[in-house]
Amino acid sequence: MHVRQAGGDAAVIDIQGDVTAASEPVLMSAYEQADRQGARRLVLNFRGLEYMNSGGIGMLVTFLIRANRHNQKLAAFGLSDHYREIFELTRLDEAITIYDDEQSALSDAAS
Amino acid sequence: MTEQAGPEDVRPTEPGPRAAGHPAEGEAPAAPTRPLPRDAGNWASKVDRLTETRVGSPAANVVGRRLTGPVQGFGKMWRKTYRMDIGPDISPQRAIATWKEHFAEFWPKGNWFEAPLTGISPGEVALLDVGVGGGVRLSTGVFVLYADEVSFTLMTPQGHVFAGWITFSAERGNGGDGHQAPPAPPTVVQAQLLMRANDPLYELALTVGGHRKEDQFWVQTMTALARYLGAPPVEVHSRAVCIDPRRQWSNAGAVWQNSMVRTVLQTMTAPLSAVARRRQRAGQSARSRRS
Repeated sequence: MHVRQAGGDAAVIDIQGDVTAASEPVLMSAYEQADRQGARRLVLNFRGLEYMNSGGIGMLVTFLIRANRHNQKLAAFGLSDHYREIFELTRLDEAITIYDDEQSALSDAAS
Repeated sequence: MTEQAGPEDVRPTEPGPRAAGHPAEGEAPAAPTRPLPRDAGNWASKVDRLTETRVGSPAANVVGRRLTGPVQGFGKMWRKTYRMDIGPDISPQRAIATWKEHFAEFWPKGNWFEAPLTGISPGEVALLDVGVGGGVRLSTGVFVLYADEVSFTLMTPQGHVFAGWITFSAERGNGGDGHQAPPAPPTVVQAQLLMRANDPLYELALTVGGHRKEDQFWVQTMTALARYLGAPPVEVHSRAVCIDPRRQWSNAGAVWQNSMVRTVLQTMTAPLSAVARRRQRAGQSARSRRS
């Protein structure tokens, strides 16, 4: 996973490959990097997501709680219809705002 | 918070029926066309509210209910993990296939679980009736959110004790110490809950003994599974981590959907309902005789 500054206080975390419970150390490390850079808005880029099991969804919940506890906003973009439906099924979309693309995610989060 | 929950090294061999997203005609694609995800057949399709054709208290407390994840719910968020090592001779696939097939048989006595006719597969609803202490019972259900050959996840509906999901999984653990030829790695079986109490009443019940009772429930269940699989005597290790100590007061109103309260009311009014049904049937047959 790769963390990049996206202007202002936003950071984008590019997710690649598989998201499972085993991804937790990598994602949390990405979170810490973004946090150290002073990010108040975290945007998850799921364009590179290839596989996710229920452990992965659980790990995203943990990530969300961590961001909430630090008063950071969390958004996502790049989800295929399949993964967007999983976010809706698990009702994760009620806590993580989903956008179609990076520009929308960043501009909306900034406002 | 370092525990791992899943069988991440095992992948489904056949893609499921779900298709990846495709842009609508005439629109600029948000992303390039993607191949079918490997997990496509493992997830349930989206549902807004649960449906159930079976009758009785559990079904009544399931029909029309929405699913609740750990993001919803009222109480503190917990991740509770129960793990056991069943040795190297039983594969993760066999452990999970057995657990799916005989799920109800491993539950402690006095609790009832009715799996869907098609078994534990994504999108199905199972009904359950469990003793929650003091002679009080809870009739509700669970939704099969995810299933593959080495794991499956059940998600709860409104009114259940907790909002969240339970993932049952098995994987090969670490074998060998690096100095000798490594033995076959043992299979580690796990049940992991990610949950919040659904309402203030359940939060109170969990705090005053509910968590302990639940721990006993899963330890007994997993011990029974190990015995059935023919594993050597096992010890089930449990661990609870509070992920979020905050309570979500905005969801306190969920107490109106509390299935435990509804089950008590349904039990108390059952004799009256039976009398009313009998009178209705008698009236109908009298009317049909007159005509």
